[in-house]
Amino acid sequence: MSQNKPQSDAIQNAKVTWEGCSVLLDINDGDRLVFSRLSAGSTLKIGNKNCSLQPLIGCPFGSLFQVENGKKGPYLSRIIPSTEDNNVQDKEDFQIKEESRDNRAIIDNNQAQNLTGEDIDEMRRQGATGNEIVEALIANSTTFEKKTQFSQEKYRRRKQKKYAPKVLLRRPFARSISEAYFKKYPVRIGFLRVDTLSLLLSMANIAPNSDVLVVDMIGGLLTGAVAERLGGTGFICNTYLGDTPYPMDIVRIFNFSNEICQRILRCSLNDLHSAQNGTCDQKQQLEGGCMLESQSNEQISLSATAEEVQLSSEDGLGLASDNDLSAVSKTCKAPKAGDKASKETIQLWKENGFSSLIIAAPEVDVWSFVKDLLPLLSYSAPFAIYHQYLQPLATCMHNLQVEKMAIGLQISEPWLREYQVLPSRTHPCMQMSATGGYILSGTRIYTG
Amino acid sequence: MLITDPTKKLSFNRCISDGDLVIVYERHDIMKAVKVCENSVLQNRFGVFKHSDWIGKPFGSKVFSDKGGFVYLLAPTPELWTLVLSHRTQILYIADISFVIMYLEIVPGCLVLESGTGSGSLTTSLARAVAPTGHVYTFDFHEQRAASAREDFERTGISSLVTVGVRDIQGEGFPDDFVGMADSVFLDLPQPWLAIPSAGRMLKQDGILCSFSPCIEQVQRSCETLRSNFTDIRTFEVLLRTYEVREWKTDCSKVDEGGSVGFPPCKRRQPSNERSVQDNPSSLQVMARPSAESRGHTGYLTFARLKCLS
Ligand SMILES: C[S@@+](CC[C@H](N)C(=O)[O-])C[C@H]1O[C@@H](n2cnc3c(N)ncnc32)[C@H](O)[C@@H]1O
Repeated sequence: MSQNKPQSDAIQNAKVTWEGCSVLLDINDGDRLVFSRLSAGSTLKIGNKNCSLQPLIGCPFGSLFQVENGKKGPYLSRIIPSTEDNNVQDKEDFQIKEESRDNRAIIDNNQAQNLTGEDIDEMRRQGATGNEIVEALIANSTTFEKKTQFSQEKYRRRKQKKYAPKVLLRRPFARSISEAYFKKYPVRIGFLRVDTLSLLLSMANIAPNSDVLVVDMIGGLLTGAVAERLGGTGFICNTYLGDTPYPMDIVRIFNFSNEICQRILRCSLNDLHSAQNGTCDQKQQLEGGCMLESQSNEQISLSATAEEVQLSSEDGLGLASDNDLSAVSKTCKAPKAGDKASKETIQLWKENGFSSLIIAAPEVDVWSFVKDLLPLLSYSAPFAIYHQYLQPLATCMHNLQVEKMAIGLQISEPWLREYQVLPSRTHPCMQMSATGGYILSGTRIYTG
Repeated sequence: MLITDPTKKLSFNRCISDGDLVIVYERHDIMKAVKVCENSVLQNRFGVFKHSDWIGKPFGSKVFSDKGGFVYLLAPTPELWTLVLSHRTQILYIADISFVIMYLEIVPGCLVLESGTGSGSLTTSLARAVAPTGHVYTFDFHEQRAASAREDFERTGISSLVTVGVRDIQGEGFPDDFVGMADSVFLDLPQPWLAIPSAGRMLKQDGILCSFSPCIEQVQRSCETLRSNFTDIRTFEVLLRTYEVREWKTDCSKVDEGGSVGFPPCKRRQPSNERSVQDNPSSLQVMARPSAESRGHTGYLTFARLKCLS
């Protein structure tokens, strides 16, 4: 493992994209977020046109692209922001303080724009850039001059989004993945907000070289976030009730190297427990169980693949917004994570205990899960349990107290507020998330 | 505290030995860091605890004093350390710390710059996040604080991951050795805008900066400075609300008679054939409510990403 480390670090911390790399595309300042896998054939749908993602390969993360109209249709062209932009912004900000205009003279009658849709199409045919169209729209707006500086800027931005959309190339991290899901598909991740996720990782003391017991019923987000922190060291034991592992498709969105993926293992709760007092008979049963299970494992990954392809073909049918978060990929595959834990590994876990326990299981009774999982945790090891409802955690906390299984028990509810910071216009954002869920944390004690 | 030596890894068989750092836990809000020393004793309101009694016991054990009082001995973690470290300055707590690590996208192998070091509360979590191959370079202009921080990092066993430098970061910026080397930079300084231009030079392309400031005026000035070379400038406030949990014996019959002053009144259900509360006049219920007091403000966290110009 130590031999592979430099390479693993190189992938983990690379600053330039490569073919087959998973990226987050931020379209028009967060209006749309799309996860994609870069390949010669991959495309991104903007408006009603498909743009090739080929130009993004080999570019630094953080690069900005603008959609330009080429002979063969729209294409993504890299733009290097100048520092001039900022000076303009600064000047504006300064002037806003001195603003004397207001909007009393603006009448909204849809007649303010002299350019028609046909005019714009004609401009396009003649090869006008998006920015040129935006400037033409401004020049032909009868009300633009009367607007306040603030609304002029808003107008420009709105037109720019429509006629010259920008695509920002981002490296997906637990932060951006959880934010994107929380914004678009909160149900799929059990309403786990980014600050709550960050707290879970801290409270469970997720650190390199640790063996982390994970229950992830939120699509793999938790598993991925833990794996990101382990960086190819230690192990994740992704455990589940019954015979079917929980899906963890989101793990593929992280740009994990093989070394990191190999650290993500699966093991049913049954196997974790039966290994604990395995007589000869039980061991044989266990092996039988393993084979069955590895079969069902394959099925899971197969059906996940099928879904993926289907999603991307739907994308072609124009249902883009719904598929924005699917890792669109036909040619390039992410390394596979989630192998079945070997008997030897399970045995080691059994002998040593896990160093952390972290649970996000909105569908399962928390207490019955914790009751079975806590004994697998080393003494003095911390745990953190997420739930979108308070009551199951309160009951669980009470039971842990009564059974004297843990100390330092605490239920926390994170609160996160974003601010708009602008000269003379600083205030909390008008919209905020009212809940990011609850966390029960504590430390297992020695009771022997 | 971090697993650099596999023999020290937490496990069912990992016992406390001479020289270990343990967190002595009385209550969730009364804890203390103690270095185990064969001939030493710990004295508190529960009596006298002999360290020699602790040696050979697993971490997480309950240990007793001469008077029969008890405490728990826990293995240190960055979270526990934040609760027991000696406050030489204001420090960051878990809500801000965890958010900073996540939002700065710090992963194993990263190179992180920090100033000021203060009491090293954040630094300890930064070290965990960059381990085992990364490094944290932290700077404070206060010589004595830097020295105490160094001692602490020695004690908690993270000194191979952290280097403490004495330097006026607002006046001189970060050392030129780090130009273009840092994955992320964290500032907890009184006038962060003075250090931002230097921080920008230290960052790798697309690298992220975070500045923590208690006052909105500081945020205002920092954001103005950030606008020239940074993008994605976002300011947040993070807080935690904790809950008290207890079991209530709710006696509904008494409420009916109007004789109970107990909390809480139990809602009566409409008469039905189902098992109703009335069949079970005295029932146990676990309930939670927010703790009465909580921190109302720590500071604003401003994040920004270096513009990608090449
Ligand atoms: C509030 S403390 C930082 C606390 C730290 N974040 C923690 O969690 O423990 C601020 C520190 O910045 C240091 N400081 C103030 N001005 C400085 C400067 N110009 N250069 C370097 N350090 C400075 C102070 O000495 C102080 O220790």
